[in-house]
Amino acid sequence: MTAAGTPPDPDLAIELRGISKSFGPVRANKDIALRVRRGTIHGIIGENGAGKSTLMSILYGFYKADAGEIMIGGKRTEIPDSQAAIDAGIGMVFQHFKLVENFTVLENVVLGAEEGRLLRPSLAKARKLLRQLADDYEMDVDPEAVIEDLGVGQQQRVEILKALYREADILILDEPTGVLTPAEADHLFRILRGLRDEGKTIILITHKLREVMEITDTVSVMRRGEMTATVQTADTSPEELAELMVGRKVLLRVDKAPARPGKAVLEVKNLRVTDVQGVERLKGIDLRIHAGEILGVAGVAGNGQSELLEVLGGYANGTGTIRLNDQTIDLTGTASDARTRRARGIAHVPEDRQREGLIMDYRAWENVGFGYHHDARFNSGIFMDNAALRADCAAKMERFDVRPPDPNLAAKNFSGGNQQKIVLAREIERNPDLLLIGQPTRGVDIGAIEFIHEQIVALRDQGKAILLVSVELDEIMALSDRIAVMFDGRIIGERLPSETDQGELGLLMAGMTGEAAA
Amino acid sequence: MTDSVMPKWADVALVPFINLALALFVSGIVVALIGKDPFEALYILVNGSVGSAYGWGYTLFYTTNFIFTGLGVAVAFHARLFNIGGEGQAALGGLGVALVLLYVPWPHWTIAMLAASVGAAFFGAAWAAIPAYLQATRGSHIVITTIMFNFIASALMVYLLSRVLLVPGAGGSPETARFAEAVHLPSAYEIAPWLGFSRSTPLNVSFFLAIAACIFVWLLIWRTRLGYEIRAFGHSEPAALYAGISPTRITMVSMLLSGGLIGLMAVNAVMGEAERLVIDPVQGAGFVGIAVALMGRSHPVGVFLAALLFGALYQGGGELTFEVNGMTREIILVIQALVILFTGALDNMVRSPIENLFATTRRRPASPEPTTPLEPGGHPERGKAEP
Repeated sequence: MTAAGTPPDPDLAIELRGISKSFGPVRANKDIALRVRRGTIHGIIGENGAGKSTLMSILYGFYKADAGEIMIGGKRTEIPDSQAAIDAGIGMVFQHFKLVENFTVLENVVLGAEEGRLLRPSLAKARKLLRQLADDYEMDVDPEAVIEDLGVGQQQRVEILKALYREADILILDEPTGVLTPAEADHLFRILRGLRDEGKTIILITHKLREVMEITDTVSVMRRGEMTATVQTADTSPEELAELMVGRKVLLRVDKAPARPGKAVLEVKNLRVTDVQGVERLKGIDLRIHAGEILGVAGVAGNGQSELLEVLGGYANGTGTIRLNDQTIDLTGTASDARTRRARGIAHVPEDRQREGLIMDYRAWENVGFGYHHDARFNSGIFMDNAALRADCAAKMERFDVRPPDPNLAAKNFSGGNQQKIVLAREIERNPDLLLIGQPTRGVDIGAIEFIHEQIVALRDQGKAILLVSVELDEIMALSDRIAVMFDGRIIGERLPSETDQGELGLLMAGMTGEAAA
Repeated sequence: MTDSVMPKWADVALVPFINLALALFVSGIVVALIGKDPFEALYILVNGSVGSAYGWGYTLFYTTNFIFTGLGVAVAFHARLFNIGGEGQAALGGLGVALVLLYVPWPHWTIAMLAASVGAAFFGAAWAAIPAYLQATRGSHIVITTIMFNFIASALMVYLLSRVLLVPGAGGSPETARFAEAVHLPSAYEIAPWLGFSRSTPLNVSFFLAIAACIFVWLLIWRTRLGYEIRAFGHSEPAALYAGISPTRITMVSMLLSGGLIGLMAVNAVMGEAERLVIDPVQGAGFVGIAVALMGRSHPVGVFLAALLFGALYQGGGELTFEVNGMTREIILVIQALVILFTGALDNMVRSPIENLFATTRRRPASPEPTTPLEPGGHPERGKAEP
């Protein structure tokens, strides 16, 4: 694109030229060029590990580039640390907020930008600014509220306010909608549009194509450390962007025939779970899943979905009745553990594969027996049959296209998508009656998402019952035969995918039922 | 990913060697500071421990002790349990040995050794069982409870030896009667006189028991289902729960195994050497076992080598205090502490630069595909570098 010699363009808020950064032998950014026009919303998309975060970290002074230059507002700028980035007018909203939980909104906004030794004048100034911003951009947050009492959407607004208070002209948001309900995301987008119309420049890092199409003016695509394309959003389509990200054609829709539900496999009545703090997490769940059916559980993270999976998977205590194939399952006592559940025909792909589904330091072949290590085929006498595990692993890797297909590689050395394929292969190939699957494609590349969705649908078509928990509404809509929405430990509504839309589900996820949701 | 750039030989040999060299270098400075000749001290240290059959006899005797305690700590490490109660568990192991040998007239040392091993392991395991139970069911932190149990064990031993097991007319020294002649374990002198061990060498057949214990632990941890479960639990408790592995069971079993292995030390120290139970049969070996397990990375081969190193330091250090005027036991402790510091705590100080060296020298044979960090034990995890 731009040769290093051309004069800077003052119309550009940010211009990067030839940015390169390596970590040891890994080249995270290769000769990146990026031009972000002032007063636009510029999306940066790419798969996990494409180098988006590295690039933004360089821009915000966390890393120093090995080569290349950064121009801010047409001026060559060195950004050795984040203070320099702030001074240059760059504000960053991280995926994981950096707020002091027990401070008020006002204190958080002022923190680190106090003027003078006394707090009062700074606080007064911030209060005034906050009020003005609330009027201008619908950024309503109570300045005196304590952060831990606020919802995530509001906490995110505080992060944006912090950046604006530091007079940021350029706002970088890293995966901002990951934790938001659709309604909150819409609200965020209204705020961002308002800021853009005021002349601010916004960089949005995301992997959600729908959002990119909805809100950005320009999109840059990264793949394997390189900037592969920059296009006007109006001139492109999700399919084209997906192809640019992955490097090949990707099927974004899930191809599936209508479900042919059989007999009920799982019946749950009045299931309740209370956590160790004594908080009731599941407040009486009733549900039923039939053979050959995918029940999708939608909801904002933290509304009891994890507890539902854990109690069904056998490692959380609960009360109520669970019947599998017309037989009651013990919810208490020594026989109530994950091993017994597996023996009864429940397989489980957990929400957090790195924490639960895999031992990250175990090699792939050790992980393919995880949870099934009592199986006779993996044991010979008092010893484990490591050769059998290795052979089983190699076969699974081939069938599930795990890359690299090396059973001796530790789980932590596979990409997120390939880790998930290992877990999926292990659980699906057990031929379970019921598959519990949580966040099947979280942190998984688009190319692998397609494959994983195909596998789930294929299992359904073999007549298995599937309980799918996901915070991605797109995924729920695409895969489910029925959708249950969870809110505050309850199933607040059930819909058929053909008879609902994201808007209605979004309202249910926010706890609004009945006529209000219709 | 940085942990994959180093060849295995550098990982298991080069880095520990540099660590050790640094520790000895700083020790040399300390020795020089108190006005002694560091080169002479090093000579005595090395010569006194491995320079003669006499020295080897003691070095390997200490090594045997440290293998047992090191293995015990290592097994607990694999379950991410920090058993620092080795002193107490080994002392109780000594009690087990003494009870078995004092009150049963054994016809031959082989049966007696078997019975004493069972007694030692049982008592050591029993002493570990209470902290393990408290950890598994009540969440009482095992570091706290095991160390408290060291003090209880110590008090218990004093009481038993001065009131209950005291041999009548022993002249006030709190110890039991001597074990019967029939249960005397063959010493290295008796087994292999041609190797030149002195008649008084404490090294005895227990050394082979220690080697058998190494093999046992290796098989247990890397070949059995229990070992698989222990390691899985140690790496991630949520994952263990997900897989149906009971944390209570693993905590109990691995602590019992740990205490049992540590208790076995008494077969060497009490049955093999002292041939009676004295007031402190452990002599700090329980704590050295922690360093041995750390340095040996909880792998039996590593534990064996680390135990050998610490055995040599113990013996050579003893010679040093004996030979050089003004060299006190405390200096030996300083040297041992420096070895632990450099090989354990400051490991990354040496490791990172060497990794970078390897990373830069073998840059660019094409793609940055991650290669396997084939590390069998790897439990006390090394620091991970940035992605």
